[in-house]
Amino acid sequence: MHILVLMKMAPDVVEDLEIASDGKALDPDYLRMILSESDDHALEQALLLKERHGGKVTALAMDAPEVDDALFTAAAKGADRVMKIVDMDAGFTTRQAARFFSQVIADEPGLQPVDLILTGVQAIDDLDGLIAPLVADELRMPYLGIVTGVHMDASGKTAHAIKEFPAGIRGEFEIKLPAVLGIQAAEKPPRYVPVAKVRTAMKSVKIERAQTPTLADGGWPLVDVVEMRRNEPAGHAEILEGTPEAASGRLCGILAERGLF
Amino acid sequence: MTGSICVLAEQWRGQISEVTYETLALGREVADQTGVPLTAILLGSNSRELARSLGIADSVVYVDHALLAEVVPQTCAEALVQVLTGARPRALLVPLTNISLGIGTLVGARMGAPTINFCKDIRTAEGKLEALCVLYGGKIEATVEATGQPAILGVWPGARPADKGRMERDVPVTDAVVVLEDTQSIRLCRYIEPEAGDVDLTKEEVLVAVGRGIQDRANVSLAEDLAKALGGTVCGSRPVIDQGWLPLSRQVGKSGLTVKPKLYVALGISGAPEHIEGMKDAALIVAVNSDPRAPIFNVAHYGIVGDALETLPALTAAIEARRAAGQHA
Repeated sequence: MHILVLMKMAPDVVEDLEIASDGKALDPDYLRMILSESDDHALEQALLLKERHGGKVTALAMDAPEVDDALFTAAAKGADRVMKIVDMDAGFTTRQAARFFSQVIADEPGLQPVDLILTGVQAIDDLDGLIAPLVADELRMPYLGIVTGVHMDASGKTAHAIKEFPAGIRGEFEIKLPAVLGIQAAEKPPRYVPVAKVRTAMKSVKIERAQTPTLADGGWPLVDVVEMRRNEPAGHAEILEGTPEAASGRLCGILAERGLF
Repeated sequence: MTGSICVLAEQWRGQISEVTYETLALGREVADQTGVPLTAILLGSNSRELARSLGIADSVVYVDHALLAEVVPQTCAEALVQVLTGARPRALLVPLTNISLGIGTLVGARMGAPTINFCKDIRTAEGKLEALCVLYGGKIEATVEATGQPAILGVWPGARPADKGRMERDVPVTDAVVVLEDTQSIRLCRYIEPEAGDVDLTKEEVLVAVGRGIQDRANVSLAEDLAKALGGTVCGSRPVIDQGWLPLSRQVGKSGLTVKPKLYVALGISGAPEHIEGMKDAALIVAVNSDPRAPIFNVAHYGIVGDALETLPALTAAIEARRAAGQHA
């Protein structure tokens, strides 16, 4: 069994996000990039499946700041092969990324045959589409998103995946392989890997490089960001100032006046 | 349908979802601003009678096919592409929900049409459609234009009140015929109903919600102390559930429960749209977050900018002291 995990770096929103001088994008100089959260879950789900059924896991990422750390971490956790797509133009969109992924999967030796392609269900910057359905469409594979659990069937030809619906309801789907799944959350939280193990991977693992493919139709973006701005709180909340004790005291009074306790 | 604004009427398990009415209300505004008709597209199997509740649209296109009985994104996308090809509508609005996620992306890809996700509003400016998008976990807003049509616009829940888009009437319905191949590549085996939790969050009057800012499983007990003091229950946002710090039955938001308590205290929750969707209608919302720009303050009535772990014991102590004072008075 071969599981391919598609990974994309995304800005860490715990940090302050600065807008670039053209007002149309985030300023990359102020960004801290981290592995997209749901991609981390996709990797974990792949590793869980490998532990359960054997096989190998390949992590394939778009080049970006800190991506080497993410790939070495993936290797330290148990990925058998790590690769990044390099030399793309800055500011590529999700739709372009999906097409790059798809073409590299089709062309790069050893990435096929593949049984499952797992990636995060959605990244916080997926403005013009989602990776999983786009890759599925390009590669003519079945797609299911918002997946929180996967079990391979004994035949090796199908898998059963759990998809989340609203109100806590889930659906169990049978899906023919190979397939693309957008992972919302792995069956277990992403595993912790000690820094020492990552450092060992840095010395022993080679990150392979795949060139960004040329898209036949140019693959130009079909959406245009006119303006980007911070989503400043619109003054909706009355902010209670002071020390934690002072603010809590005021809040306590407000709740008591309203008869809430 | 040429030039019209279309809305995918999301139906699941025999019912039109609330977000459909929200999206229809937005679509109605956009259609009126641009002077074009509003068309609802309903996919299903033996579901034609649901069209009556889509009366805010000028017309409904109904697609009936056995393969559309369940919402499988690739099948729904193929049906929509067949309906839209040749009709050249101005835009298709698709709700961004756990039911429909992926459909808009697939339609855009197959039609070579621009797709814009995360729309909270759509405006017209000099004849162009502009989407207002909420990105990066709610921290950034962007004005985005599509460079072609139809524009496939993924719309967050809550864009408009559902009641603005709900209208029962005998709306003209056109039956559209599509050819769908039964590849058996994806098959729904069963629905799994949520296990009954120890509490029903939807019936609780006071909820103390914890998010990533709570930092560690051990700190959930601080929230439990506050909930006990307030006579409420602890719940959480997605990251807390994914970490296994609280059971799935305590999740509020897109994949979890929608709650409307009298009091919702959000601790260390930034306010991503997926969470806001589940709690925005609480009567009183209090947020504690160390980031003064956290989107949660956009929906909260009262806020404390600070570390939830410092505020929690202080607030619990204040409430317990007030309770004790009240008992002795």
